Amino acid sequence: MSNIEIAQIKVIAAKEFRDRIRNRWVIAVAFIFTAFALAIAYFGSAQQGEVGLRNIEVTIASLVSLVIYLIPLIALILGYDAIVGERERGSLDLLLSMPITRLELLLGKFLGLSAALASATLAGFGLVGLLLAYQIDLGALYHYAGFMVSAILLGMVFLSLALMVSVMSKDRARASGGAISVWFLFVLVYDLTLLGVLVLSGGSFGEELFPLLLLLNPADIFRILNIFSMEDLKVFYGLATVYPASLSSPWLLGSIMIAWIVMPLTVALWRFK
Amino acid sequence: MKNNVIEVRNVFRYFGEVLAVDDVTLIVLKGETLGLIGHNGAGKSTLFRMMLGLIPPTSGEININGTPVHGGAFRELRRSIGYLPENVVFYDNLTGLETLQFFAALKGCERDKCLPLLEKVGLAQAANRRVDGYSKGMRQRLGFAQALLGKPRILFLDEPTTGLDPEGIREFYCILQELNAQGVTVVITSHILSEIQERVQRLAVLKSGKLHALGTVQELRESVDLPLIIRVRQLCPPETLQEVLQGVALEELTLEGNAAVIRCHRTQKMEVLRRLATLGDALEDVVVREPTLEDVFLGYAG
Repeated sequence: MSNIEIAQIKVIAAKEFRDRIRNRWVIAVAFIFTAFALAIAYFGSAQQGEVGLRNIEVTIASLVSLVIYLIPLIALILGYDAIVGERERGSLDLLLSMPITRLELLLGKFLGLSAALASATLAGFGLVGLLLAYQIDLGALYHYAGFMVSAILLGMVFLSLALMVSVMSKDRARASGGAISVWFLFVLVYDLTLLGVLVLSGGSFGEELFPLLLLLNPADIFRILNIFSMEDLKVFYGLATVYPASLSSPWLLGSIMIAWIVMPLTVALWRFK
Repeated sequence: MKNNVIEVRNVFRYFGEVLAVDDVTLIVLKGETLGLIGHNGAGKSTLFRMMLGLIPPTSGEININGTPVHGGAFRELRRSIGYLPENVVFYDNLTGLETLQFFAALKGCERDKCLPLLEKVGLAQAANRRVDGYSKGMRQRLGFAQALLGKPRILFLDEPTTGLDPEGIREFYCILQELNAQGVTVVITSHILSEIQERVQRLAVLKSGKLHALGTVQELRESVDLPLIIRVRQLCPPETLQEVLQGVALEELTLEGNAAVIRCHRTQKMEVLRRLATLGDALEDVVVREPTLEDVFLGYAG
């Protein structure tokens, strides 16, 4: 295995990022985030009979529910084409005939796309954060910042999965099918299955196992990261009853997220060779 | 060997059960232009991709300048290799100049060399236009400019003149000749055989994955032994012609009014011509057609 040349990763990443800026992908996604976040922040507490920028914890909780659906979907759409698209167009051979390794190409694609998604996330939610900053205290702002960082991590996890799908797929049609399947699995099917098992077994199934099973799903980790840190919501969501505090350290959860970024990329590299 | 630039030794490549390249051994010498010909599916592209280290051979070894194409050390060598893939596709959203700058960055060569290269291939006017507005010929020119980035010492050109107009083809071979004079080693594939016939030093013919023949155009012609075709128009009756050619070993003689087609072995050519000359004024026209590379190619690979 030859050495990694950072310069080559940078060339690929810069191209991917510039492409997304130029075709207005970043600004479009940022706009979607801003619009949703504003609507949620403003109308989020309507069920309590009031509208306006008030309760940051409820706002974050609503945003978390939104982001859990939206960000994985956007990341998968962004990344599924990255390798298989080059292969189908016929430009992959040309790229690989350059002095670049497959690892560098993969990392360049991943980091460039991550930068695009992170910029859209920061711009979109950051704008709303600035608006909120006038209304809320520092502690709440800290939570909001944590929410943004974890949203970026969540996006990177699903980008990593998207690249894995992209490497393993024969053509773009299959890759898009694979990406949608990944979304269904982690965002819908996984939780519903867990819930079903829990309900059917009358709550007796795997009291020990359940929290660990939640850690196997990056979307759930994202939820726990954001909800568990806020006392009011924990009770509100009923999370405290099923999830032990011992497993809720942001560092632990963050590390698992990072493992979720590294693993699919590793599989992708292995299959790429 | 110091003069061996590309060494392909006993290379096999399977795709599943299918044998795409079957025991190919091929040496390309420094400064040589080698033409790789064969029908579609003969294994040309697979061999090309293996020589570039894009896919590994199932067995056998490939070295370029003594370096295995499948080791980490090959990366450095890639900087001195230019590659133009068949039906090259670029990124539609970049301009011609940006495309070249992107590949220049990957190859580690200077950005300010890009514009002169575009001028060289006749694309300077379109440098700042997006590639999606380029014609097939312009894309091919851009592909060629890309292959020339970083002053390559070895060029792999897969069907380089597809989509080029005659003017473009002429310019392309002009540049190629210039590079050849500078000692650049070139491997080129083409379907237009009459086109590369005069432009390569040696030909390698692939058939069903096997290296079927290797040599200069002349050597190939002689080894396949295709008959010459001599067309005659005469004013005398056909019988006279038949009489004159009596005793010469012909493969075929077709008479039709005052025209005739003679097929004979090349060793009989002068004898036939001498006999025809005795017709004197009755001989109106003689055309001798040597077997073309197409004939050789079809003779071998057809």
